[in-house]
This record gives sequence, structure tokens and C-alpha cells, in this order.
Amino acid sequence: MSEKYLSRNFGVTDSHKIEVYLKGNGYSAVRNALKIKPENIIEEIKKAGLRGRGGAGFPAGVKWGFVPKKTDKPKYLCVNADEGEPGTVKDRYIMTHNPHQLFEGIIIASYAVGINTAFIYIRGEYENIAQRLEEALDEARAEGFLGKNIQGSGFNLDVYVHRGAGAYICGEETALLESLEGKRGNPRLKPPFPASVGLFNCPTVINNVETLANVPVIINVGADAFQKTGQKGDGGTRIFGVSGMVKKPGVYELPVGTTLRDIIFKHAGGMKGSRRLKAVIPGGMSAPVLTADEIDVPMDFESLMEKKSMLGSAGIIVIDQETSMVDVLKVVTKFYAHESCGQCTPCRIGNAWIYRIVKRVAAREAGKRDLDTICRLANNMLGKTLCPLGDAAAMPILAIMKKFRTEIESHLEQ
Amino acid sequence: MSPQFSEKALKQVEKIVARYPHKEAALLPVLVLARREFGRIAEEEEKLVAAILGIKPIKVREVVTFYSMLNREKIGKYHIQVCSNISCTVMGAETLLDHIRKKIGIEPGQTTEDGKFSLSTVECLGACEMAPCMMVNEHYYGNLDKKKIDKILDKME
Repeated sequence: MSEKYLSRNFGVTDSHKIEVYLKGNGYSAVRNALKIKPENIIEEIKKAGLRGRGGAGFPAGVKWGFVPKKTDKPKYLCVNADEGEPGTVKDRYIMTHNPHQLFEGIIIASYAVGINTAFIYIRGEYENIAQRLEEALDEARAEGFLGKNIQGSGFNLDVYVHRGAGAYICGEETALLESLEGKRGNPRLKPPFPASVGLFNCPTVINNVETLANVPVIINVGADAFQKTGQKGDGGTRIFGVSGMVKKPGVYELPVGTTLRDIIFKHAGGMKGSRRLKAVIPGGMSAPVLTADEIDVPMDFESLMEKKSMLGSAGIIVIDQETSMVDVLKVVTKFYAHESCGQCTPCRIGNAWIYRIVKRVAAREAGKRDLDTICRLANNMLGKTLCPLGDAAAMPILAIMKKFRTEIESHLEQ
Repeated sequence: MSPQFSEKALKQVEKIVARYPHKEAALLPVLVLARREFGRIAEEEEKLVAAILGIKPIKVREVVTFYSMLNREKIGKYHIQVCSNISCTVMGAETLLDHIRKKIGIEPGQTTEDGKFSLSTVECLGACEMAPCMMVNEHYYGNLDKKKIDKILDKME
């Protein structure tokens, strides 16, 4: 039996209500954490090997440690609940079924870093979830877990829900900050990093929903146990979202390092009907595609990097033999052309041209030289943009072009 | 007549503004509120929001044109948004979109003449595990097939 750190109460009646959460020993992590010195909490999170669940996988404790201790400015926590990466559904489940565990993470992180204001930036489409969060925040306030002098500790924290309005790029942390300040979501140049110059030019921590929901777990079970559940330097579980042509699409919380094959064939029930596996996108659309014979890979950051892909947001998209990779390429390139914020030329123009050429490929109005042009354009985006969107577009496009070139060429010849 | 916020909405605006150290930061939530009140954010609505927050209308325009949910044109009573992203495509979203197009007689980007339905294709809605999926107004519908879509749309008055 593997640990269920985050999903234990998914599906339990009224699991989102505070009275149900408190009955299951909820908020004990907050009570305990408020008695620990803030710097010791940061050390514990570092020791646990908690890496960011949003996609980049940056160690959370290290991120917190970058925020200056002494500053005249207020500090902020921004919770990234934008969940825009195609294939990713986990934060929706956490916020729907387990909002108070997220709040516990927010409270502990804020206490550890010395933050008194937090914003939950949630994508606009999650209107009903935003509503649920508001209600849950009211409950937490009424029970004295938010507001002034939390549980008699002298620590104050206000948490607000801030809704986005439809823009993939706002999941990128500096675009999120711009958006929260009431601007277009154009990413910022780094450095300075948000830890020193973030929201309203103040020191800011930005963490993903799932990352924060893991924080009370570490306080409860201890850094060692958390670390051991996963891999060295990459502790705990991941909520894998499985979608596409499988028998049982859904969310599966499993230890970091579970193999992709086990997730698809053991947990998600294998392929639907008589469909056969063709390809898998292992970590949200930006993760380079794997072929059917590459799925014996442990799902952790390092192992997927060795395969030249990435764990990203752990959104697994399963593609069957009957799906054309030309269609997949078309969807991928349309998405990035649509979602590029337009700030950096290689990404704005590159993605737009790639999509135009891919449309011709799909219509069989292109030649093999056009396929080379797609790769050239994608290579010209790599590493040449302010934010990771340029790479996030180029990498999956190049992977499809490399691993499925024969199929795409034969499509052109038909 | 130029649009005006209702008294209730104005109270909400006040509450939103109070959360931020700068008024401008309230822009997106106030626009979302205005979008709900007026059904669109065109020039008149931009001016209203700009006046309330004490910023230039052009700043509001900049923001409105960036976000896909802030529509400048009025849309139908029911806004059908069909996901065209990867998991939904693998699970047959294109056939379903065709079905909806024929059923209500409009193309993506259009509104029916009676103002009942607007149709859009959208990027990932974050509900891939129930692909193919769509939203109608703020509600999610997943694991769709033609029959299910008929049932959902036929119920809408």
C-alpha cells in the first residue's frame, strides 16, 4: 500500500468542509508548526526533498530560503492555481476535495518565510472552485486559522482568491505576478528573481497548489519518512493525472519514481478496448513525447531528464495507434501559437509560422523540406526567450518531429 | 446609455479593491465582475472600470485584449466552449464539435440569431481525465458523446 498524502479524502462526502477536515486530525500540522522556529521549518522542507509540483521541480525549501529575512517591505505568497498545462488536472482535485490541506500549507509556508498576505491565483475557468475556496477561507477564518493572532501564536495571515481570465502564460510565475498586479501577463526578465523583487516589487514566494498541500504532510510525518516515500532529493508522492486512451482515466497518487508503465497499465487499467499504445506525453504537453517502448521509466525529475523528457506537472497523456501524430502535432503547435504572449520575437513569430506550416502538412500541401523548416524554427526558439514558453513549445515539437518523422513523411506521401 | 454597476456590484468592487496595496491590482477581478454584470467588456465598460479604479482607459484595453475570457462582443445566454486540446482530440473532440455545429447551426466564434447559444473552441480546460469535455457557462461536462451532448443542450431553455 502506498502512502496517500494528498488524495486520502478525495471522494469522501463533504471532505472540503472544515468540520470533516478537523475530524480527520486536520490543522494539527499548523498547530504544531506554529511552535517550531521558522528557520527550522525551512530546514525540514529542504531535508524532505520537496520539489515544485508545478513543472520546474525547484526545491521548495531552497526557494523559501532565498527570501530575505530582514526587509522593510511586506512579503507575499502567491499560490499558483492557474493549472493551464494541458494534461494537468491535479490541482483541481486538491482544491475541490481538500482545500484545507492547501490552506495548511499556505499558513505554514507563510509563517516560515514571515509572510502576512497570500494570494491564490486561480484560472478563470475554475469559477465554481474559486467559490468553494472562498467559502473554505471563511470557515478557516471562523476557526481562527486565518486572520489575526492565529491559534494564539501572534502570527497574522490574510489569504485572498484572485481569479485569472484565460491565459496559459499566467501559469509562468512572473507572468502570474504581472497579472496579479492588473497587467497583461507578460513574463519578466530574471534576475531579479521574485524572492527578492516579486509582487508589487516586494519579496515573493510562488508555489504550486500541490507543492503547498505537501507541506503539512512533511510536518506530520517528518522529513525522513516523506523523503523515503519518493526518491533521493525528490521526496513524496505525485498526483499523476492520466488522460487519453486508457480504460480508467483519472488521478492517481503514487510515490515519486513509480514507473510510467505501471501507472498506465496497472493503475489506469491499460489501453481502452483493443487500442494499442503509440506514444505518451509524460508531464503535461510541454514534456517531450515518449514512444511506446520508452515507458519503463521511473516518474521522477532525474529519470525523465535522462530520457530527454520531463516530469513537469505529471500530467500523463496516452496516445493510441489510431491517433495520427500529425493531428497531435497540429494540436500542440496551435496551442503554443495561440498562447505565446507575443513579447519575445522567436516565440511569437516562430510558433505562428510553425503552426501555419503544420496546417499545410496536415492538408498534405507540404513537402519534406517544410518538415526541416519546422525543426529549424523550433531550434531557433530554444533558449532565446525571456520565459520557458519558447522551450516548452520547441521541445515537444522537436521530439515529435524526431520520433515520428517516418509517420509524418508517409502522411505527406499518401 | 452608458453601463453602470449595480449597488451590490459596487460593494463588491470596494471589497476587491481593499485586498490590494494598489488599486490597479484589482483590475482583473473587477473586469471579471463587469463581464458578469454586462455580458461583455467593450469600450463603454472599459471606460467605466477605468474611472472606478482611477486608471487610463487604454490600460484597461491593454488588459482586456490579453485575456480570452473577457469578450468584447455580447455572447449568447449559453456559451458552449469545446476543448480542442490534446487529450480531448485523442478522445474524439473533433467529431463532437461537428455534431454541435450541425445541431445549433453555427460555427465556432458565432452566436445563434436568437441569442441562445455561442460556440467557441478553447484550449485545455483542465479536465483532461474526463476528455472529451466542454464548458457551458461556468459548468463542466465530461466524458461526452453525441447522446450526452444532445441531452445537455436540449435541456437548455
